[in-house]
Amino acid sequence: MTVQGWIQILVFFAVLTALTPLLGAYMHRVFRGDAILGSVLGPVERGFYRLLRVDPRQEQDWKGYARSALIFSLGSWLLLYAILRLQGSLPFNPAGFGGAPADVTFNTSSSFVANTNWQYYAGETTMSNFSQMAGLAVQNFLSAAVGIAVVIAVIRGFSARSLKTLGNFWSDLTRATLYVLLPLAFVIALFFVSQGLAQSLSPAQAFTSLEGVKGVITLGPVASQEAIKLLGTNGGGFFNVNSAMPFENASGLTNAVSMLAILIVPAALTATFGRMVGNRRQGWMIYGAMFAFFAVAVAIVYAAESHGSPAQQLAGIHGGNMEGKETRFGIGSSSLFAVVTTVASCGAVNAAMESLTGIGGAIPMANMMTGEVIFGGVGSGLYGMLMFVILAVFIAGLMVGRTPEYLGKKIGAREIKLTMIGTLAVPLFVLIATAAAIASRYGLKSIYNGGPQGFSETLYAYTSQANNNGSAFAGYTGFIQPNAPGNAGSFGITFADLLGGGAMLVGRFLPLVVVLAIGGALAGRKVAPAGPGTMRTDTPTFGGLTVGTILLVALLTFVPALLLGPVVQGLTDRMF
Amino acid sequence: MTALSGPASSAQQPAQGGMPRGHDGSGRPTRSLLEPAILRTALLDSLRKLDPRAMIRNPVMFVVEIGALLTTVVWLVQALGGSISGAGSDPAWYTLTVSVWLWLTVIFGNFAEAIAEGRGRAQAATLRAMRSETTARLRDGGTKNAGELMPGDVVVVLAGEAIPGDGTVVKGIASVDESAITGESAPVIREAGGDRSAVTGGTRVLSDEIHVEITQKPGESFLDRMIALVEGASRRKTPNEIALGILLAGLSLIFLVVVVTLRPFADYAGTATSLATLISLLVALIPTTIGALLSAIGIAGMDRLVRRNVLALSGRAVEASGDVDVLLLDKTGTITLGNRQASEFVPMPGVSERELAEAAQLASLADETPEGRSIVVLAKEKLGIRARELGEHEAEFVPFTAQTRMSGVDLDGVRLRKGAGDAIERWIAAEGGTTPPQLRAELDRIARDGGTPLAVARDNQALGVVHLQDVVKEGMRERFDHLRAMGIRTVMVTGDNPLTAAKIAQEAGVDDFLAEATPEAKLALIREHQEGGRMVAMTGDGTNDAPALAQADVGVAMNTGTQAAREAGNMVDLDSNPTKLIEIVEVGKQLLITRGALTTFSIANDVAKYFAILPAIFASTYALAGSTTGPLDQLNVMNLGTPRSAIISAIVFNALVIPLLVPLALRGVKFRPVGATQLLRRNLLVYGLGGLIAPFAGIKLVDLVVHNLLGA
Amino acid sequence: MKKDLTATAVGLIVLTLVLGLLYPLAVTGVGQVVFNDAANGSQIRVDGKVVGSRLLGQGFSRAEYFHSRPSQSDYNPSATFFSNAGPNGADTRDAIARYAAAYLKTEGRYDPGLTRAQIPPDAVQTSASGVDPQITVANARIQAHRIAAVRRLPLDRVNRLIDDHTDGRGLGLFGEPGVNVLELNLALDKETR
Repeated sequence: MTVQGWIQILVFFAVLTALTPLLGAYMHRVFRGDAILGSVLGPVERGFYRLLRVDPRQEQDWKGYARSALIFSLGSWLLLYAILRLQGSLPFNPAGFGGAPADVTFNTSSSFVANTNWQYYAGETTMSNFSQMAGLAVQNFLSAAVGIAVVIAVIRGFSARSLKTLGNFWSDLTRATLYVLLPLAFVIALFFVSQGLAQSLSPAQAFTSLEGVKGVITLGPVASQEAIKLLGTNGGGFFNVNSAMPFENASGLTNAVSMLAILIVPAALTATFGRMVGNRRQGWMIYGAMFAFFAVAVAIVYAAESHGSPAQQLAGIHGGNMEGKETRFGIGSSSLFAVVTTVASCGAVNAAMESLTGIGGAIPMANMMTGEVIFGGVGSGLYGMLMFVILAVFIAGLMVGRTPEYLGKKIGAREIKLTMIGTLAVPLFVLIATAAAIASRYGLKSIYNGGPQGFSETLYAYTSQANNNGSAFAGYTGFIQPNAPGNAGSFGITFADLLGGGAMLVGRFLPLVVVLAIGGALAGRKVAPAGPGTMRTDTPTFGGLTVGTILLVALLTFVPALLLGPVVQGLTDRMF
Repeated sequence: MTALSGPASSAQQPAQGGMPRGHDGSGRPTRSLLEPAILRTALLDSLRKLDPRAMIRNPVMFVVEIGALLTTVVWLVQALGGSISGAGSDPAWYTLTVSVWLWLTVIFGNFAEAIAEGRGRAQAATLRAMRSETTARLRDGGTKNAGELMPGDVVVVLAGEAIPGDGTVVKGIASVDESAITGESAPVIREAGGDRSAVTGGTRVLSDEIHVEITQKPGESFLDRMIALVEGASRRKTPNEIALGILLAGLSLIFLVVVVTLRPFADYAGTATSLATLISLLVALIPTTIGALLSAIGIAGMDRLVRRNVLALSGRAVEASGDVDVLLLDKTGTITLGNRQASEFVPMPGVSERELAEAAQLASLADETPEGRSIVVLAKEKLGIRARELGEHEAEFVPFTAQTRMSGVDLDGVRLRKGAGDAIERWIAAEGGTTPPQLRAELDRIARDGGTPLAVARDNQALGVVHLQDVVKEGMRERFDHLRAMGIRTVMVTGDNPLTAAKIAQEAGVDDFLAEATPEAKLALIREHQEGGRMVAMTGDGTNDAPALAQADVGVAMNTGTQAAREAGNMVDLDSNPTKLIEIVEVGKQLLITRGALTTFSIANDVAKYFAILPAIFASTYALAGSTTGPLDQLNVMNLGTPRSAIISAIVFNALVIPLLVPLALRGVKFRPVGATQLLRRNLLVYGLGGLIAPFAGIKLVDLVVHNLLGA
Repeated sequence: MKKDLTATAVGLIVLTLVLGLLYPLAVTGVGQVVFNDAANGSQIRVDGKVVGSRLLGQGFSRAEYFHSRPSQSDYNPSATFFSNAGPNGADTRDAIARYAAAYLKTEGRYDPGLTRAQIPPDAVQTSASGVDPQITVANARIQAHRIAAVRRLPLDRVNRLIDDHTDGRGLGLFGEPGVNVLELNLALDKETR
């Protein structure tokens, strides 16, 4: 670890914390209906509603809201699946790629609609520019917008509105896209282009290296996709090596902006939450709990990576672990990125996760195993966190001798039942899927490395997919791609593709529906005014309690699995 | 209530400052936590409760029982020399030890419940003993078995007889010994009409004869319900208990999956795992501590209320009392001593103090209310005026009525009246006199000072004002400060005018007051608070309190009150002590705190158990060739003897902690009247942090015995 | 239900057009006009021919060039992948040992005091992209001995060239400084031509 390394981390913390209330306040205005950009984009918004034939003022109850969100996502899935399968006959396909096999495409479609962006394929050797732009990048926007819309609806349920409804899905979706994601993406994309990220529709450029080796520079609409890939916590790269590729992440500066783009919307939503419930400290408490996890995770990974890997030490090399890391990022920026991308459900990587040290790799997994609630996905992180807050309120609320209440609303058996489903279904699925994969010959096919590393690959794969992260111990594969033109001879590993695809859909849509139901149950409920006898939920004590609840309820579940994967490697110099 | 009507229930209220009476005076024996007789029955019961049909109602402990059963089967096969795949390389003694301790875990849990029930049952037995099978004499002639009385039956009860069932006195007046249910030895008066008409089955008439209309259905008498409640038979789960149950079941499910999936994970790592070990891990992880104690906590909470002579008609009401935000307290008898005392005679210009005092005394001679008597006493003490015998005079007493709001005497053609200021003003006006402006001024001054002014008139002349003073009970201010710290607002309800009320409210230290209260105003106030999302508790006794009692979230009816009031509330205070509400709130809070604290403790324990069991299971996983310990053995931070002793220590600790916490579950976590934030911080420290640390020490201790002494 | 279906169908068409075509084309348009060089991959031309990109590392094996970091993908920028070498992998250890032996052999001749323990990790561990354009300054300083000897340049001169082609941290804060190998080698060629 170096002083320089820590300074950049602390500066990053400070910038993120400073921007959180600003964007949070802006989004609060957006969803209240008086966005600053409203005068310019208002006509566009209203025109869009006319095309869709929806009345944005028509409020929906939770069931109506959930139905709209699910139908829209199903439509998105079908459209994406069709585009990916038919890309051979669609335009903007300079390399002439055919469609990927059905099982891989099932996985990919589920992945992008579920805001996961798990990629069994290598982008630059599988996807046409049309698939990247009109298929994948569109879902990068829309899956993120659905997440934001849902969390806004849920917050309305938590807030002191007298209405029993949660808002209008189409209106929230439109506003999230038009006023939040699109303008930010546009600005970030242009900045990225200026810093060297490729943005071109021309065919690849052939070159001859100084030593006479012929090669091809693959270009594409990279910067535009990169911006939304980060901003929407999607993470699906244009290139196979994702944000390690210089065309996706050219310098230390683009790397810092990338990390900020990943965290800013989930972080700012905590401030939006605070404003919407009428107490900004509530938002800061949640931000604080998230931040505590985040900061500790960064410190551990940075320390572990700086210490170096057993393999390199046995090979006689001193210094930090640079395997699978880029020189321009070094250990500090790579460690920070690995944590940023896994606390948020982004999954973009600027270094090979599989080559992290044992402990360095355990932390990203643990981050995801919290249910992606430390900032988490755009929207989904906050609504996941709110479920843990309910659990914390319930357990602690009893300890002050009152029926537990959050934001003045009593938490009853129905909310607890829903919360248990919402927080425990995904961990259950992860454990069962990992067990099925590790115990069956179908699952073993996907493993690349032996020993505990193979177990880690499997555990990481299903943790990442079910929690909608998308990063990978990338040795694990579901798609065999020989390096032949047009993807000739490639085939999918059906077991991994289907199980993973299912994990992503369950991990996305089950909590989404459950949390809307919680919002619906709380909506319009009477708010008891806070007094000295009510447990305050905007204090550091409660923040600590929330952290404890996540540790004890979510992470405890995975301790045995983590021990047998990354931790056992972190505790030994043995080679496998 | 009007100024002179006197306190409605000043009948026999001795409570000073509302301090809780020790149970010793309750007529029922105080029981220590672990009385041998109860223990013996409880032990038997805890075996009887092993019936899986009963166990399944508690999913956490049901899982433990299934686990115990499975390990027992494995041991049996091993003991009989057979081979079974679940045994792995375990020796039979290990499987046996594990299975014994798993059974003990279940039995300890059952024992906790049984002992709580047993304590209740012992109380119930005392109650039942006095429910003698009496034969009721019907008014219309004939007799009926007490157990067969239907609502509407009217029975005649003579002195010396027990009242056969709950009902309302419809005719007569009698003194009744209610010590059987209240523990109060002094007899009480029960009479037809008014607010003292309710009688309880099982109590005994001491004098006179009354006619009682039965209001209970067979088997639903007060006594029956009380017995059922303390026995825990009619205990229904409360909303918080249901929610907690869901949480615990969810955690059990996830840990079940953790353990089931651990098998293939361990197989991949080349580590054999036996059934006994995996089940031990499962039992250690699921929240058995709280799972085992949950129902005992609930029963004990109810029991604590009964011991304070409060009968809650549902557990829901007890829980709700912990949530109360606003307490409505009657001024009279609760905040102030029931009787106001005359303290001053204020004559009008041209009238001597003596003249006024004499007139006031005469007007009060027939007034047997404490106020009236205090006027007589004051006149004697201050001015030496002896109460005159009026025998030789032609005296006609005018009693108080709600319409006139005055009382007095017509003595030899002179009409003396005393009463509320405006009533006297009207009287003088009607008599053709005028009131001096000083009268109104004095009335207002006294009211402002928190006193109750009584105007005195002779024919059409205003003589002056008698100052009646309310006396606030000692220690009330501290109590209200406590309540405020707990986050509960107190509202004083009084029939006084706003000026008087404000003064007393200030003196007593309540947060707010409702003056000139009518039943409607009371009801409206409760509704208003509830609209604002607050929970309201109140006490009441009269029939006109019934709507408000029903509307309040926690309505405590006085046992001395009417049957209507008792039916409307969700609790009955057998002591008829209005300050009992404060204790009820504390019991409710204590109940929730105990549940929350033990849940936190139980979940926090898992960390240490992981550190005991996982390094034991994976001690040799990925060991280098030639070494018996692998990398994960480093996690054996407690340095436990052997893998098997570690696992045994974990489940032994897990089992032992249940009986160790039984006293806490029965007694309840100590409640301190401080703000929520402070309370949370304290309990988190004790039960959260304590729950993290304690098992490390506990497991190590057990291991020292199991490994170092017994050699496992 | 029917309302949702209509809105979904129309919405997806409109949004695909706006987000999938309009947005990337707008970024492309602005990018191509304003940041033409960067948008097209920062290509480097020598005598009008494209020799690579300043952002893409390429393989160098000749003694007169600075060598890039080891690449799992043979420096192919059109099909990228990582090594996915695990931290406790025997393969990983062997690969690092191999790279280290080769590095010692190559550089040790010109820097006799060089020991295995002094080898910077980036020199023997594969990069993430396979086309890392940079090496660490420490790595470059070691290789400078060889370059100076082979190119018959004073070591100072080589070190100054290294300094000239070292990219600093972003805003002086973010990331690590690195030496752009392709640009440095081009500068060397220019220097000794």
